[in-house]
Amino acid sequence: MSSPTSTPGRRKRNRDDIPATPKSTRRRGQDSSNGDLPAMPTSPGTDIASPAVHDTSLFSSPRRSVLPSEVDMSSPLMYGTPSSRVEARQRPDLGSIRKAPQVDLHSEPPSADGAVASEQALGQKLVIWGTDVNVGTCKEKFQRFLQRFIDPASNEDENAGLDLNEPLYMQKLEEISVVGEPVLNVNCSHVQSFDADLYRQLISYPQEVIPTFDMAVNELFFERFPDSILEHQIQVRPYNALKTRNMRSLNPEDIDQMITISGMVIRTSQLIPEMQEAFFQCQVCAFFTRVEVDRGRIAEPAVCRNCNTIHSLALIHNRSAFSDKQMIKVQESPDDMPAGQTPHTTIVYAHNDLVDKVQPGDRINITGIYRAVPMRENPRQSNVKSVYKTHIDVIHFRKTDEKRLHGLDEDSDQKLFTEERVQILKELASKPDVYDRLSSALAPSIYEHEDIKKGILLQLFGGTRKDFSQTGRGNFRAEVNILLCGDPGTSKSQLLQYVFNLVPRGQYTSGKGSSAVGLTAYVMKDPETKQLVLQTGALVLSDNGICCIDEFDKMSDSTRSVLHEVMEQQTLSIAKAGIICQLNARTSVLAAANPVESQWNPKKTTIENIQLPHTLLSRFDLIFLMLDPQDEAYDRRLAHHLVALYYQSEEQIEEEFLDMAVLKDYIAYARTYINPRLNEEASQALIEAYVDMRKIGSGRGMVSAYPRQLESLIRLAEAHAKVRFSDKVETIDVEEAKRLHREALKQSATDPRTGFVDISILTTGMSATARKRKEEVARALKKMIQSKGKTPAMKYQQLFDDLRGQSEAAITKDMFEEALRALADEDYLTVTGKTVRLL
Amino acid sequence: MRMWFVCRFCCPAAQSNSNPEWEAKVLEYFKGQLKEKESHSWVPSLNDVPLHYLKPNSLVKFRCLVQDMFDPEFYMGVYETVDPSTKFKPRSGSVLRFKFTNTVTAERQTFYCVPIPGESPWAKEISFLSAARVVPSTSYVPSRQKRSYEEDDDMDTQPQKQREPHTEPHGNGDSKRQETEAPSSQTTAPSDCSSHLDLNFPLPGERGPACLVKVYEGLDSFKLNDTLEIYGILSVNPVLTVLGEEKDPSLLLLNPTESMETPEEQRAHDPPASLVPRLHMLYARPLQHNNPLLPSAPTEDQSAFVSSFLVEMASVRAELLAYLTHVLLGDGLAAEYLLLHLISNVYTRRDVLPLGKFTLNLSGCPLNSYTERLYQIVQQLVPCSYRLSMSLHTMNSMRLVPKKDYVANRLVSGALQLARNTSLFLDETQLEQGQLDSSGVRNITALGNLISWQKVDYDFSYHQMEFPCNINVLVTSEGRSLLPSDCQVPLQPQVTPPNMEEYLTTIHMAQFTSQINKFRVYLSLARTLDYSISDEVTKAVEDDFVDMRKDDPQSVTAEDLHRMLVVARLLSLSLGQTTLSRDGWMRAKHIDMLRRSRTEQQKSLNGNEP
Repeated sequence: MSSPTSTPGRRKRNRDDIPATPKSTRRRGQDSSNGDLPAMPTSPGTDIASPAVHDTSLFSSPRRSVLPSEVDMSSPLMYGTPSSRVEARQRPDLGSIRKAPQVDLHSEPPSADGAVASEQALGQKLVIWGTDVNVGTCKEKFQRFLQRFIDPASNEDENAGLDLNEPLYMQKLEEISVVGEPVLNVNCSHVQSFDADLYRQLISYPQEVIPTFDMAVNELFFERFPDSILEHQIQVRPYNALKTRNMRSLNPEDIDQMITISGMVIRTSQLIPEMQEAFFQCQVCAFFTRVEVDRGRIAEPAVCRNCNTIHSLALIHNRSAFSDKQMIKVQESPDDMPAGQTPHTTIVYAHNDLVDKVQPGDRINITGIYRAVPMRENPRQSNVKSVYKTHIDVIHFRKTDEKRLHGLDEDSDQKLFTEERVQILKELASKPDVYDRLSSALAPSIYEHEDIKKGILLQLFGGTRKDFSQTGRGNFRAEVNILLCGDPGTSKSQLLQYVFNLVPRGQYTSGKGSSAVGLTAYVMKDPETKQLVLQTGALVLSDNGICCIDEFDKMSDSTRSVLHEVMEQQTLSIAKAGIICQLNARTSVLAAANPVESQWNPKKTTIENIQLPHTLLSRFDLIFLMLDPQDEAYDRRLAHHLVALYYQSEEQIEEEFLDMAVLKDYIAYARTYINPRLNEEASQALIEAYVDMRKIGSGRGMVSAYPRQLESLIRLAEAHAKVRFSDKVETIDVEEAKRLHREALKQSATDPRTGFVDISILTTGMSATARKRKEEVARALKKMIQSKGKTPAMKYQQLFDDLRGQSEAAITKDMFEEALRALADEDYLTVTGKTVRLL
Repeated sequence: MRMWFVCRFCCPAAQSNSNPEWEAKVLEYFKGQLKEKESHSWVPSLNDVPLHYLKPNSLVKFRCLVQDMFDPEFYMGVYETVDPSTKFKPRSGSVLRFKFTNTVTAERQTFYCVPIPGESPWAKEISFLSAARVVPSTSYVPSRQKRSYEEDDDMDTQPQKQREPHTEPHGNGDSKRQETEAPSSQTTAPSDCSSHLDLNFPLPGERGPACLVKVYEGLDSFKLNDTLEIYGILSVNPVLTVLGEEKDPSLLLLNPTESMETPEEQRAHDPPASLVPRLHMLYARPLQHNNPLLPSAPTEDQSAFVSSFLVEMASVRAELLAYLTHVLLGDGLAAEYLLLHLISNVYTRRDVLPLGKFTLNLSGCPLNSYTERLYQIVQQLVPCSYRLSMSLHTMNSMRLVPKKDYVANRLVSGALQLARNTSLFLDETQLEQGQLDSSGVRNITALGNLISWQKVDYDFSYHQMEFPCNINVLVTSEGRSLLPSDCQVPLQPQVTPPNMEEYLTTIHMAQFTSQINKFRVYLSLARTLDYSISDEVTKAVEDDFVDMRKDDPQSVTAEDLHRMLVVARLLSLSLGQTTLSRDGWMRAKHIDMLRRSRTEQQKSLNGNEP
C-alpha cells in the first residue's frame, strides 16, 4: 500500500474505480447450462471499518477492498517483499488491489460452491477465492519461466541486441536495472509455450495472476540486483494474448479475462484525474483521516474520531490522492470487418503512464482486461440498469504501424494462417500451372489481356527487398510499377478497381481528383489540440500495398513530380510548416492513362500518345498497351466470354476460377514468407539477357537497355519465383521475366517509323530514328545557309520555304524550328523574331 | 417486455424458469402465428399508427431500413430479484434491486431503423389501409389525413377503415387492444414535434417514426441498409431516456463510468422514448420489395400470383408503353427505354462489376418543370423514389454520402443511403454555371461511383468503407449528362403542348387507379423474374457480334455488347419471357441501333451549331 506520507498535490497512483464486475458464464469444461456459475457468495469476514453508508448488498464481490489500516501484509496480493525499499506503484489497470481470501479447499468450504475451484486442487491447499490459482505455485512457475525461457527463433525487434540463447527475460531484467524503466513486457505466447496451465490461469484470472507475477519478478529482481534503484516496483505487462483477436468476437464469456484485440484509435479524451483516496480534516481539532474511494463513492466520516465532534470533517482536495486516467475509443480495423456492416467501437481506459501513449488514427493492438459495468440509473442511487457498459482496462499497447517509420514491419503485418490453409496454399503452389491459374483468377470478368494480368500478378507479389544501405546505395526498390495505357473503354479502370479490392493496403485515386498533397502528405491543425499533425495521403497510406492511380495523364505536372521520388527511392520527403521528415512509401504504382487524342494513334510513340514525361515513364517496369485488337477470332472469344458473364450461375463461375479469398491468402502468404534469392544459373541467365538486350540496339547504333531494365528483370524474376513459393530464383523465372518484359516493350516501345523495339523512346522520350532525322534536317539547313553565301540576316519564312523546296522529305514547321534551335545551340545563328542572323 | 407476454399465454413453466428452452419456444410460437395467412395484418404497424395510440409493451410491426448499427450491449439475461417469487425478466432496463448471485450475461445489439426512405405515398396508403381492411372490427383506427398529392385523387381512402390488433389468439383481448375512441383529427406523424431532435433520416423532409430495434439473435444475418419488416414488442418506458441536460456535471467526477459518453452520443443513442421508441425484436422478415400490391413473402400464393400475372404481362406492357409515350411527349423510343430502366436491377456482381444495372440518361428534356412532373409520374409507378435536383447549391451543400460522426458515435445519414431498387431521379436540368466547391466535387464523384460501380463509399474519417447498393439512376439533362451513364437517349418530342402542366395532368387523370396499380405490379414483378440464355442463342449472339465487328470494328465495342446484352435481358423480362430468344436479341439490337443513330444525329446537329 502507499505510504501514508503522500505530499499534497502529488498524484498517487491508486486503485481504479470499478463498482463491481458481473460474472459471466465462464465456459469451463462442459458446463453450459445457465444456472451453473462460479461461486460468488457474499464476501466473508473482512469488511469495511467505516460505517457502510452505501448499500452493501448491491454487489457483493469477493474482492472486497480494505482500508489501509487493515492491510494484511502477509496477503499474497500485497505488493513487494517486505524488505524492499522501493515503493510499489499500484495498478489501476488491474482494478483495485483486492485482498481476496484464500480458501483451503480441504477444510470447511465457506459455501458449498467452493468446489468449483477444485479441478486441480489436489496437493495444493490454498487458492484465491473464486479461482484455481495457488499463489505460491503460480509465483514459482513464473519465476521458473523467467529464469529458463529461451526463444532461439525470436525475431521481434524488441529483442534486438539480446542473446537469443540466454534466458530472454533475465536479459530484460538486466536491461531494466540499467535503464531504470520498471516495466517488463511479457509475450503471452512465450508463457503458453513454456507452461500452458500458467497461461490459462493468466488469461482467465488476470486480476489475481498479474499481481502474483509482479511479486515474483520483484523478488527475483531485487535478489539479483539488490542495489538498483527504481521509481517504483517492476510491473509485468503481458501482451499478445491469443484469446481474442477481433473486436467483433468479444462476447460475455470474455468478461474479466485478458484479451488482445486490434483496432484503430478514433478518439482520446483529456486526462481524467480520478480520486483514489480522500483526505478529510477535522475543522475543530485538525485531526485528519483518509478514506479510500470505494466504487466511485466516498464514505464521508460523520464523526471525528479524535474529538467526537459531529460533521466536522471537510474534504481537503489538494491532499487527496488522484490517479491519471484516459478514455480512448477504438474502432475495429477495416480489414477484419464483414462486408455490409458498420465497424464496432470499444471504450478503452488507459491508466497512469499509458495515458497519452496513443493518438487518434494509430492502429494498435491492445491487451487488457475486458470489463462490464452495470450502469446506474441515477448516480445517487444504487439502483442499476440491467444493461451493462463494457470497456477494456489496458495493460499493454502495441502500435502496429509505429515501425513503419523505421524499417521492417514483417511481423506486425503477419496474418495468421491456419495449418489447413497453408496446406491448401502449398498444394496449389506445387501445381505446375499455378502461374497461369492465378493470372486467370485475376479479374475473371475482364477478358483476355493475359500478359497484362500476369504482369499485375507479379506486381502483387513483388520482388525481394534488399538492403544496400551499408554500401550507401540505400534500399533497392522491390516493388514493380506498371502503367496501362490504351483506348478508353478497354476496362482499365475495372482492372484497377479489382486490384484495389484485392490487396489489403490498396488505395485508389483518380488523377483528375487528386492533388499533390492528397497523394503525399499534408500538415493539418488538429481542431481539438491545436497541434500540427501530419496527415498522410494515398501514397503513404498504401505503403506495402498498391496505389492505383486512374487517369494518370490528367494529373497535374506538380502532382506527378511527387511520384518521381516515390517510384524510385520509395520515400517521400516533406518539408512543410516546420515539419521536415521522410516517410516510407514503399508502394507499387499501378497507373492507367488514356491517350491524348482519346484514341490511340498507332503512328505515334507511347510518349507522344500519352504525353507523359519520359523521366516518369522509365520508372515503370512494365508498360502495357490495352488496345482493341481487331480480329475475328478474338471477337468471337470476347463475345463468348461476355455472354457467359450474363448467363452463368455463381456456381459455374466458382468452379472455373479460384476464389478471390484464396488468391488473397496466397498473395499474403507469399509476400510474408517467401524471399527468393537468385541462384547461380539465374544470375548468368540475367546477365545474358541484359547483354542480349544491349546488343540488339548496338547493332543499329543505339542503346536498347539500361541498368534500370536489368533491375526490372530481376524484380520480375523474383516475383515469379514467389508465385511458385520457391526460395530460389531459377532459370524459368528469368525466362518468364524476359518474356513478359519483352512483350511489354514490344507493345509500348516500338518505334512506329521503323517497327523496331527502341527503349530510348521510354528513356529519352524520342526514338533513335527520330533523333537521327532531326540531326539530318539541321545539317541540311546548315548546308543550305552556307550555300547562300555571306548573308548576315535572312527572313524566317523564306528560309523555311527554301528548305522545303530543297528537301525531298516533307518538312513540317516543327521540324524546321527544331533544326533552327539545334543550330542556335551550336552558336551558328540566332533567331530574333522573324529574322535569322548568322553569328 | 417479452416475459410479460410469455407469462400471459404461453408457458407457465417460464415462471419457475425450469425450462431453459422457453425462449426458443416463444419465438417458435410467434413465428408460427405470424405464418398464418392474415395474421400479419392484425399487428398494428408503427409506420402508420401514431405512437400514442399504441399500447406500450404490445406486439407491433415496423417496416424499415437499417440505418445504423450500434455496438453490442451486454445485459443480464436472467437474474434473481430480492423476492424470489416474482422472478421476471426485463428486457428494457427496468430498475431493480437484486442480489448479485445468479445472473447470466447475454449479448444484444441495437439497430437504428428508419422508415424506408423515399417510399412513395401510394405505397404507404395501400399497405396500411389494405391491412386495415382485412379484419373489420369496432375498435378505433385513426383516420389519416390524406397526404397532399395532386395525382392521387383516385386513391381509395375511406376514412373508416378499421382494424383489430389481434395479437392475442388466446383471448384476453382488452389488454392488447389499442386505445379506442381517440380524437380523429390527429395527423399521423408522431414525430411532428421532434424537429429539435435529428432523427437522422437519409432524405430531407422525411417523416415518420425512427426506432431503436434491440436484436437478440441472428446478429450476423442483418446488414446495413437492409429493408426489414420487424415484429417486436414496443417499449416506450420513459425511464430509458437519459437526457444529457439532467446530468449534474459534478457527478461525473465521482462516477466516471457515466462520463464515457458525450452529450451528443447520449442524444444519439438514448433519445427520448416518446420520440424514438424501442422495439424488442421477436422476428424480422427481410423484404424483397416494398410494393404492397404484391405478396411479399416467397410463398406458394406468390408463385400463383406470378403465373397468373404473366399471362397479362404483354398487354400491360403495351398499355404502360403507351402511357409512357404520352408522358414523354410522344417519343416511343424513349418510352421503351424508360420502361426498361424502371425494371432494371443489379442481379449479381462479378468481382467488382455489377451486372444488370441500367442507368438511363434522358437528354434534351424541355425545361420549365417538365422534369418535376416527370418525376411525379415515376413516383406514382415505383414504390420508392427520390428526386435529387442537381442545382449548384444542393450539390455544394447537401450531404450525399453517409459519414461517421465520432463525437456522437453514429453514422450520419446521407441522401445516397437508400434501400435497394429505389429510383433515384437526378435532375441535371437544374444545374447552372458556377463553381463547385470541394464538397460539391465529392458529391459528384459519389454519384459517378454510384452509377458506374453501384457502390457508395461511406466516409469513416480515417478510412472509407464501401457499401454495395442497388439503385436505379435516371438522369434528365439538357445536353449529354456530365455523369456517366449506361445509355443516353435524346428525347425527341413529337407533340409540343402549349401548356405542359395541363397536358401531363390530363394524361395522368386519364388513367384509372386499377390501371395504375397494374403498372405498379408489372414493374415490381418483371424485376424479380429469373432469366437465362440458351446455348443456341449464345452462339447466335456471338456470331452476330463477330459480324458486326467485321463490318466496322470501331462501331461496336465490348462495351456496346455489354449494353446490348442488358437491353436484351430487360426487353425479354419486360415481355414476361424468361429466356432470351433470337427475336428478343434482334429487337434489342434494333432499338439500340435506333437509339445510336439518334444520338449521332444529335451530335452532328450540335456539331453544326456555331
